Amino acid sequence: MTVLSAKNITMQFGGLTAVDQFNLELDANELVGLIGPNGAGKTTIFNMLTGVYVPTSGDIILNNESILKKSPHDIVKLGASRTFQNIRLFKDLTALENVKIAYHNYINYNMIQGMFRTRKFWTEEKKAHEECVKLLDIFDMGEYAETLAKNLPYGQQRKLEIARALASEPKVLMLDEPAAGMNPAETAELMETIHFIRNKFDITVLLIEHDMKLVMGICERILVVDYGKTIAEGTPDEILKNPEVIRAYLGN
Amino acid sequence: MDKNKRKAYLINTACIISLYLVFFILIQTKVMNKYFIGIAILTCIMIIMAMSLNIVAGFLGEMALGHAGFMAIGAYSSAYFSIALINTGIALPNIVVLILAMIVGGIVTGLVGFLIGTPTLRLRGDYLGIVTIGFSEIIRIFFINFAPTGGAAGLKGITKLVNFNNIYWITIIIIILIFTFGRSKQGRAIISIREDEIASEAAGIPTTRYKVLAFTISSFFAGMGGALYAHYQAFVEPSKFTFMFSIEMFVIVVLGGLGSLTGSIIAAIVLTVLPEMLRGFAEYRLLVYSLALVVMMIFRPQGMLGRSEFSLTKFIDSFFLRKDMKNSIGGGEAQ
Repeated sequence: MTVLSAKNITMQFGGLTAVDQFNLELDANELVGLIGPNGAGKTTIFNMLTGVYVPTSGDIILNNESILKKSPHDIVKLGASRTFQNIRLFKDLTALENVKIAYHNYINYNMIQGMFRTRKFWTEEKKAHEECVKLLDIFDMGEYAETLAKNLPYGQQRKLEIARALASEPKVLMLDEPAAGMNPAETAELMETIHFIRNKFDITVLLIEHDMKLVMGICERILVVDYGKTIAEGTPDEILKNPEVIRAYLGN
Repeated sequence: MDKNKRKAYLINTACIISLYLVFFILIQTKVMNKYFIGIAILTCIMIIMAMSLNIVAGFLGEMALGHAGFMAIGAYSSAYFSIALINTGIALPNIVVLILAMIVGGIVTGLVGFLIGTPTLRLRGDYLGIVTIGFSEIIRIFFINFAPTGGAAGLKGITKLVNFNNIYWITIIIIILIFTFGRSKQGRAIISIREDEIASEAAGIPTTRYKVLAFTISSFFAGMGGALYAHYQAFVEPSKFTFMFSIEMFVIVVLGGLGSLTGSIIAAIVLTVLPEMLRGFAEYRLLVYSLALVVMMIFRPQGMLGRSEFSLTKFIDSFFLRKDMKNSIGGGEAQ
């Protein structure tokens, strides 16, 4: 079953075509990698898929619904959430609060109930608290629940961002360079984490990554883009041997 | 509600009541004369204004420099309403009239805030600051030229409904409401916009809606503050609600710490009482006041409390903890 599909999406900034006729089909519970040299348009593709940019042409369908005219927060509600290349946590809030904010749409009380702290407020807040603590525990971050996000070690910040993206209970999780700036040990741990959440939450994962070891290690399918065009698609082994890919990375 | 929360509630309630009793005794024994009571009432109004401004400036992290304008709308609309209500001849207790007038002032101001906020919140930072100054000036000029509310001469004939007893409790209620608002899911969403708007949107928060909500709630409470002001002074004139008055409120919020409600309360008390206490210095008064601000900003640019809140329970706990520590150190030496 296709969860997310992009049909011939094109993005032009003035005269520059950043992404040209890009196609993507993501099936349920797949782990797909998106790679390409610098400036190939990977992040632009992400931004289109999450509603930050509206494609110049083409269509994006998430759970049988076109998301072209939807704002980013509506797309999150429909089941696609993302992390950022440069970590974007709520730095002055605790790890737990970071997760709670993304859990927002599952907390049901209105402003008046919140201000007067009715019974509904307490039960809903308690539920949210338990769910978010549970999520942090899955990432082994329970001990950091009350730590400010900015005080967390780098690897934990990355993990927290993934946890936050998962708090909105997505069907598709998009990770933009999750291993950027990590050492090999941390990368290995991250690979395990990604594998684990894919199975645990039964979601589709799409990731952009430069770390070939990570991409080749966990992705079932890889898409290679260069100059906004898909130049190759296939299993890691196929991609490694593909002459087009080698040319894109190394030149002629 | 767990045990710690219940304990915190009990301590705070006890503190609020005992503070009230202190004032009550001071007023009854005439230690506090009319002049001091007046300062206390003005302080209460400034606390409400600073806290409401803190919703936009602190929680949302946007520069809003037009709070005097919102206060003016609250003052005029509530005064107009209460005059009309009393003229109908329906005999209502004073406190009921006051509360109704406050609600009317709050709702009218909230509506205006909503209307102003919807288009202007597309702007950020300094730009928003300038636009809000503009709106606040428009409101002031409007009231100068608006005949039904007395124009430049001001609106007379308002019944004085505010005294220390009722404003104390009203202030406490508003403080609690703004506190609980900040700690509800709506408050969290607004704070997340301050932290990182893009990430907040990506976390599923409808940022535009929450920005407008913050602005509306902030102006709602500012309107209530204006209503209290009108029914304390029994007279409103447009010349009170100048740009400088907006700045004064902004200074209180910055000095207390952007995003810290308790900071706003403390700063509102300090900055309302300090200029009055300095009256003895006559011409040096403003100099000392400004100097205090400069020194404060050099040594604590994040404000008195930064973004943290002063918690009575934690304060008491730390007090005991220190005692315990001293005891244990003392015990260590004895061994």
